[in-house]
Amino acid sequence: MQFIHEYRDPDLGRKLVQRIHRKSRKPARLMEFCGGHTFAILKNGIRDLLPSNLELVSGPGCPVCVTAISDLDKAIFLSHLPQTITTTFGDMVRVPGSHGSLASARVEGADVRIVYSTMDALDIAQENPQSQVIFVGIGFETTAPTIAASIVEAQRREIDNYHVLPLGKLCPPVMGALLKMGETKIDGIIGPGHVSTIIGSRPYEFIPREYGVPFVISGFEPLDILLAVEMLVEQIEEEDPKVEIAYRRGVKPEGNARAQQLMEEVFEVSNANWRGIGEIPRSGLSIREKFSHFDALKAYDIEPGLSREPKGCICGEILRGIKNPQDCRLFRRACTPENPVGPCMVSSEGSCAAYYRYGGEDG
Amino acid sequence: MAEKMDNRITLAHGSGGSLTHKLIRETFLPLLSNPLLGRLDDGAVFGVDKGRLAFTTDSYVVNPLFFPGGDIGRLAVCGTVNDLSMCGARPLYLSLSLIIEEGFSQPDLQRIISSVREAALEADVEVITGDTKVVGRGSADGLFITTSGIGIVPEGIEVSGTNAKAGDKVILSGTLGDHGMTILIQREGLGFEGPIESDCAPLNQMVSSMLEASHDIHCLRDPTRGGLATTLNEIALQSEVGILIQEDATPLNPSVSALCELLGFDPLYVANEGKLVAMVKASDSDRVLEAMKENKYGKRATIIGEVTGEHPGRVVIRTRMGTSRIVDMLTGDLLPRIC
Repeated sequence: MQFIHEYRDPDLGRKLVQRIHRKSRKPARLMEFCGGHTFAILKNGIRDLLPSNLELVSGPGCPVCVTAISDLDKAIFLSHLPQTITTTFGDMVRVPGSHGSLASARVEGADVRIVYSTMDALDIAQENPQSQVIFVGIGFETTAPTIAASIVEAQRREIDNYHVLPLGKLCPPVMGALLKMGETKIDGIIGPGHVSTIIGSRPYEFIPREYGVPFVISGFEPLDILLAVEMLVEQIEEEDPKVEIAYRRGVKPEGNARAQQLMEEVFEVSNANWRGIGEIPRSGLSIREKFSHFDALKAYDIEPGLSREPKGCICGEILRGIKNPQDCRLFRRACTPENPVGPCMVSSEGSCAAYYRYGGEDG
Repeated sequence: MAEKMDNRITLAHGSGGSLTHKLIRETFLPLLSNPLLGRLDDGAVFGVDKGRLAFTTDSYVVNPLFFPGGDIGRLAVCGTVNDLSMCGARPLYLSLSLIIEEGFSQPDLQRIISSVREAALEADVEVITGDTKVVGRGSADGLFITTSGIGIVPEGIEVSGTNAKAGDKVILSGTLGDHGMTILIQREGLGFEGPIESDCAPLNQMVSSMLEASHDIHCLRDPTRGGLATTLNEIALQSEVGILIQEDATPLNPSVSALCELLGFDPLYVANEGKLVAMVKASDSDRVLEAMKENKYGKRATIIGEVTGEHPGRVVIRTRMGTSRIVDMLTGDLLPRIC
């Protein structure tokens, strides 16, 4: 198929690998920000192609995984309310909260529906005027414009039984927070591809400037990732950290202005709670006053009780790049995709799920 | 109102009384007529040729009931015919048991039984016994079908998931994921516009030709739920062998490929209803492949890998990039990614 096979071409791949081997001298730890990158790296066996001085470590780029358990508990609480339809993206349903998941709420009688688009949630609201429809609005900058669009559209169609639980998060601030914490050595970042189609490359410029860390935005095909690694290696070897784009077919430096306007219209930047990391200033999205009648946080008294993290789960440390899934005592034993303990084993972008599926015997 | 009611299945249709008889006489018998069914005895009595019997059963609960490329009726015949075929058996007879939700449309039932008839004619099997139950509204999702099937395994045929041997070639009969993706876009109303339809088909005639072409077909399986990855893992475990496949060897329809990319699905894990995978002695593999290609359901048959003595119990894929990775069974549900 066009625009896919070109980016999986084995001959071009071999050439890139040779160039990386030729250029790379210094030991370096590269963080792939996105769960989508982690999957592509493991699925294509990219680790095995790289020289031994290069180490790849997974980052926090999985929206389901970084949703704080207290926020998930709010969604589960809302789903139990009478005459309520809770809509969400698929992965979210199976993540265990403090007490059960949205999936177990459904078993107990809650009306929880998986949607593929925010507009589906809006249609459900229109078709069920007697019910309240809640959309669990997780996601990064990739998803935020579509959530914003659903709110603007709800306003236009005068749908008043649609509410969004605003849990949107922003990528540049979490990268800044990880680098500032300095818990793990990061010599280069494979930057998010889809997020950057929206925000462009400019919001990351503080990373090389303030932290001296090279940053290359990558797509999700094997050649995209190899090219990004090569560009990072060049920056590392030449000690010339900067923001570059290895995903030109998707990302422009200025991003997508229309999507940014839509986000700006509906959301304002606020502090947000990240699972495994904690509160990060100005890293989340809240619904502006103008649209507050669509804000589930304002429309409901949400009292899910005290939250507690699952015992023994190291998703937090994995999201911070400190540990790998196979470092977890629960991995492949108590925690499997069928019976997940933490979110990283549930999500199709979670590191543990990627290592479980593609990582082989020892992870 | 009365007219509308006439077009609906009511609880009385399942009571065993006059309406049940009317349903059997007017819907089932004309479409499925054969001497054994026509006797309307409590069970069918028949003789069989020499050989061993194969016996299987399966329930069908697909939603939606009608989908591009088939419906629950065709599925219920093909699924059971294929299960028999994968044992190396020649399918002969089926039972057909229906659980119908009260209020179900009679014309839809007629359409579904017509599909049963067409699929049975195509597969050259007969429905010789059946049952109908009607349950109250909400107690079933429209219509559930159970079919059981009986077939004969000819002398000298020894096909089993335990028989794969190191050195065997792994042959796949065609494209992957057509059924699963068709159902997904129908069920979720994804509005995906592309030529995509279920591959639901009876494979018994292709299997007959294959068994004529070689006596060294060691293993046959139809990769339904869980997809090819799960089926190969089952065989690797049962036969205590390793299986090595090539990443770019599995054929895909462009629409299925595009949809899988879009939703983040791996076609190796998506369901098929008209495909088989065979483990065949290497020296016979070309002959078997030719036999498959002569059948309309095997046009795109191809060798996708081989059975090996290494890594017993594991399926390994050689990626386009020249690396290898383990292919696990399907775990959890197939869900689309969001980012």
